[in-house]
Amino acid sequence: MNPMNYLYLSAVLFTIGALGVLLRRNAIVVFMSVELMLNASNLAFVSFADIHGNLDGQVMAFFVMVVAAAEVVVGLAIIMIIFRTRRSASVDEANLLKY
Amino acid sequence: MTDFNWLLALFLAPLVGAVAVLLVPKGADKLAKQVGLVVSVVVFALTVAMSLQFVPAEAGDFQFSFAYDWIPAFGVQFAMGLDGIALVLVALSTSLVPVVLLAGWDDVGPESRGSVKGYVALILVLEAAMIGVFAATDVFLFYVFFEAMLIPVYFLIGRYGGARRSYAAVKFLLYSLFGGLLMLAALIGLYVVSGDLLGTGTFDFTQLVGLDIPESTQRWLFLGFFVAFAIKAPLVPFHTWLPDAAAESTPGTAVLLVGVLDKVGTFGMLRYCLELFPEASTWATPVVLVLAVVGIIYGALLAIGQSDLKRLIAYTSVSHFGFIALGIFAMTTRGQSGSTLYMVNHGFSTAALFLIAGFLISRRGSRVIDDFGGVQKVAPVLAGTFLVAGLSSLALPGLSSFVSEFLVLVGTFERYTWAGIIATIGIVLAALYILLMYQRTMTGEAPDEVREKVHDLRGREVLAIAPLLVVIIALGFYPKPVLDVVNPAVDRVMQSVGATDPAPQVGGPVAEGTQQ
Amino acid sequence: MSPFSGAVASVAEPSSAVSEASGVFGLTWLLIALPLLGAAVLLLGGRRTNPWGHWLGVLMAAGSFAVAVVLFAGMLGLGEEERSIRQFLFDWVFVGTFEAPVALRLDQLSMTFVLLITGVGTLIHIYSVGYMSHDPDRRRFFGYLNLFVASMLLLVLADNYLLLYVGWEGVGLASYLLIGFWYYKSSAAVAAKKAFVVNRVGDVGLSLAIMLMFVTFGSVTFEGVLDNAAAASDSSLTWIGLALLLGAAGKSAQFPLQSWLLDAMEGPTPVSALIHAATMVTAGVYLIVRSADIFNLSETARTAVIVIGGITLVMGAIIGSAKDDIKKALAGSTMSQIGYMILAAGLGTVGYVFAIFHLVMHGFFKADMFLGAGSVMHGMNDQVNMRRFGLLRTVMVTTWITFGIGWLAILGVPPFSGFFSKDKIIEAAFSVNAVAGWVTLLGAGITAFYMTRLFAMTFHGKKRWTDDVHPHESPWIMMGPVAVLALLSAVAGLALGPTGLFERWLEPVTGFTEPTPPVAPAVISIAALVLVLIGAGIAWVTYARNPVPEVAPAGNLLTRAARADLYGDAVNEAVFMRPGQYLTRWLVWFDNRVVDGAVNGTAATIGGLSGRLRRLQTGFTRSYALSMLGGAALVAAVLVLVRL
Repeated sequence: MNPMNYLYLSAVLFTIGALGVLLRRNAIVVFMSVELMLNASNLAFVSFADIHGNLDGQVMAFFVMVVAAAEVVVGLAIIMIIFRTRRSASVDEANLLKY
Repeated sequence: MTDFNWLLALFLAPLVGAVAVLLVPKGADKLAKQVGLVVSVVVFALTVAMSLQFVPAEAGDFQFSFAYDWIPAFGVQFAMGLDGIALVLVALSTSLVPVVLLAGWDDVGPESRGSVKGYVALILVLEAAMIGVFAATDVFLFYVFFEAMLIPVYFLIGRYGGARRSYAAVKFLLYSLFGGLLMLAALIGLYVVSGDLLGTGTFDFTQLVGLDIPESTQRWLFLGFFVAFAIKAPLVPFHTWLPDAAAESTPGTAVLLVGVLDKVGTFGMLRYCLELFPEASTWATPVVLVLAVVGIIYGALLAIGQSDLKRLIAYTSVSHFGFIALGIFAMTTRGQSGSTLYMVNHGFSTAALFLIAGFLISRRGSRVIDDFGGVQKVAPVLAGTFLVAGLSSLALPGLSSFVSEFLVLVGTFERYTWAGIIATIGIVLAALYILLMYQRTMTGEAPDEVREKVHDLRGREVLAIAPLLVVIIALGFYPKPVLDVVNPAVDRVMQSVGATDPAPQVGGPVAEGTQQ
Repeated sequence: MSPFSGAVASVAEPSSAVSEASGVFGLTWLLIALPLLGAAVLLLGGRRTNPWGHWLGVLMAAGSFAVAVVLFAGMLGLGEEERSIRQFLFDWVFVGTFEAPVALRLDQLSMTFVLLITGVGTLIHIYSVGYMSHDPDRRRFFGYLNLFVASMLLLVLADNYLLLYVGWEGVGLASYLLIGFWYYKSSAAVAAKKAFVVNRVGDVGLSLAIMLMFVTFGSVTFEGVLDNAAAASDSSLTWIGLALLLGAAGKSAQFPLQSWLLDAMEGPTPVSALIHAATMVTAGVYLIVRSADIFNLSETARTAVIVIGGITLVMGAIIGSAKDDIKKALAGSTMSQIGYMILAAGLGTVGYVFAIFHLVMHGFFKADMFLGAGSVMHGMNDQVNMRRFGLLRTVMVTTWITFGIGWLAILGVPPFSGFFSKDKIIEAAFSVNAVAGWVTLLGAGITAFYMTRLFAMTFHGKKRWTDDVHPHESPWIMMGPVAVLALLSAVAGLALGPTGLFERWLEPVTGFTEPTPPVAPAVISIAALVLVLIGAGIAWVTYARNPVPEVAPAGNLLTRAARADLYGDAVNEAVFMRPGQYLTRWLVWFDNRVVDGAVNGTAATIGGLSGRLRRLQTGFTRSYALSMLGGAALVAAVLVLVRL
């Protein structure tokens, strides 16, 4: 199978993720979309590793996973706190940090 | 003791003192002030001891020099040394600090926003920075001190000042930073140019002097330095921060600010602008002369029109800085020696004026001139000292400022006749602003408020003011100690700029020489 | 660049040798040091010195006089050409070729002044002990007086123009302090400030003269300047002369800087006698005579001096004729008499000697009269309005007699001193210029009028004082010095004038040529005497024979103008003071609004802009995400485009 197809899939997933971040208000969904983008890039890395025949891309993918895991911990914690204080997980309502 | 590093010791002593003051336990305000005073007196004694070893005949060279590598990658050295001009200015700084601490003993108390020991420590840090800025022989080091001075002064004004202190402090800081930024740019440019010309870039002053920098580059670099100095000095039209800063700060801070800090501007013009960029200086001379002459008259007229005692004194300084800049850019030995002497004398006379005005203001609780009157009746000693300080400010012959002012005028006149004539008119205005102020505050009938609140000088205050007045009178009749060390240094500056004195029309002594 | 450049001639050899001080002349510095010490002790000593302070002041002045007498005797023992003595004290101002040491020059000219200053000064010190006896601040007064004597001596003894300048402003300072001695009176404080500021205008002239000298001669010492004068260009000499004249006009209250002298009468009367009559105000004459070598070579400068002297002579006389305040009338007279001296000094070598001669004689008789006026005020509860005097000769006999001698002296009645000095000036003036001659002659007539008016209104006519004043003669400590001065006014002229002693004494310094008036000197003397008789007669009839109204009548145009000091103050006010006040007020506004406004405006503009920019920070996470995406897309696009 043409490895380029994985790259196309990766691009599509990334776009879906980006659109999700931009269009959805629920923080959990936005978060999921971010994860989707990260994993899209992971897919791209692995594909490139396959195309070039070396392990650099795979190493990079592991890095991304680790960072994503750390991010999930911090991010979900923040979302939890926001939800507890505001009874809502809408990102548009959490707009105090302005001007 | 021959290899004792006097200059480094002098620079470090106030820093050590500042740390010592900070270590004083909380609440022991009196102890903090005493420690500060003792340290400043020790520093002054060190200065005296050092000055005695200074060789006047070689005052054109840097003495007590030392250099340590600091940032070798950029050729930056921690290098210091004193020529005659720097020596007298260092002496001015270290002699004013004890006076300021003593005179301002009660200016900062428990009711102030900042702590007393903080105040004393800041003044000592400032003293170290002032010594550093005059003593630095590495241009980068000079720049560092030039900017470092701002920090203690910012806090001195902003924490311990009057009602509009934060406005004044921020204005002072921003104005000075703006100038400093231009200077930094020029400094980097200078480094690059020196790299082109010498092979390796350097900030060493002695290597940079006499560098054949291309004319157009020189002009840009000159402007960078000059604007920074013109703001610091300050020359019209960069002067408006001074009245605010001086009026809002405590008298002691005002003394150090106007008496010493601003001298860095004129000192920089003489040392750095002229010697590093001789052609550009000659190119800029007409503009600077106009600014200086305008400053003399403009500052004096504004002083006449002020209704606030401290702002009035600040504006007289604007006028005096016009004289100093005039003498420097007249490019004659008379003018430049006169200007250097002027820096010293102005330091003392303005210090006396600010401090005595401070005594007066703190007693009456107002800075407005019209709130005073008839003070001579209730406080004759205060009035008398104020008059002597004022007379020194208006350059009465026999007092120190006269010698310097006359030298500046004659030095200007011999090359730029009209500038000399217009500047001479400044002496009439000087008489007006001082005597009008004296008349409005000290003579006539004393209002009840003055009668009740104003009392005469106390022992501590007399002790602080008396040395200033003694110096003012002594240097008026015997300026030789200062002239002896300043003249050779000025000769070096003149040589670097490549200027010579105009010859008289007829006769006169033929032999060229500065010493008897 | 400089308008003062010109042909350079060869440098002349020094004409007179100046020898270094030795022997008794090593004491010269003591002349200044003694009163200076007195001033220092009295002003720094504070209240502790109150009980004996005035006597210390007298002692120091007298000590200085004693030294002066010793030096005078020593000088008489020297040959005429050896009488210029220089005493070098210490280095003062030196930069490159500019050298002004603290050095003193004692020659016949300065000796004359030293004797006058210390002699009259001592007498006035003694007088003041009595006059100021009720003043709580008497010690301070004597401190200032001593300071004045020291400064004045420095002025006349300095060996270079810069040091002379120190004395010059030193006496100005002493004058300022003494005019404003009663500082709690606003009028005194204002008058003091005015005197100093107007003097400073004159000082600008002196400063410029010194600078010009340095530019021209490369020196500011008397030797360096005066001995080389012949080598300088005409324009330089003229400018130096005119600048010196401006300086002289300020200090000597000459037109157009005359206005301060009348106000200066706010000071205590001994001050008016010493400073504003006998010594300080004559410093201008000294300056011109000292700089004779410059004026000799510039006709323009000399003419200017004559014109200024002539104008002031007439102005002062007119003002003196209309004043009812006894001190102001005397001040007008002083202006006028100094006008005589200045005019004489402008005549050149025919006039220098007579200028100084009249100066000395004037010092005697004017001090005599001022102190007499002080004695009158002392007895009249400090009243000064002559319309409230009259017939005082009955109660103040000594004052009347001594004042009368002074009156005859200033009128120029032989054999009193004024006759010999003033007549010579008129003669010399006629020998140079007819107009100048007529002005001095006319001046003599007006002088006779106003002085007789003053004398008659005060001592003769009818008693006009109110019942609450009890005029009485002053104590001996005041009248003693007055008597000495009266004696000098009576005989000094006769002793020094016709004998030619004074001319021979001064000639080596100032040079001297015999005046050659177009008519015989006797004719001029007689004409002057006739004019004096007419002037005095009119005044006598009007103010002694006829009753003097106690309230001044409105008077004619001239009288009113004279009462207003010939509108000198009005002009100053309209031309300098008012516009100056508007200017400073406008400048303060300009500085606060425009200059500082520009600074604060810049700050405000930047602040406003950042306020706008801040609005971009909306707080909506998704819009941040969009801008991030846009940025990333932009970066990607740029990368792609560059790759292509």
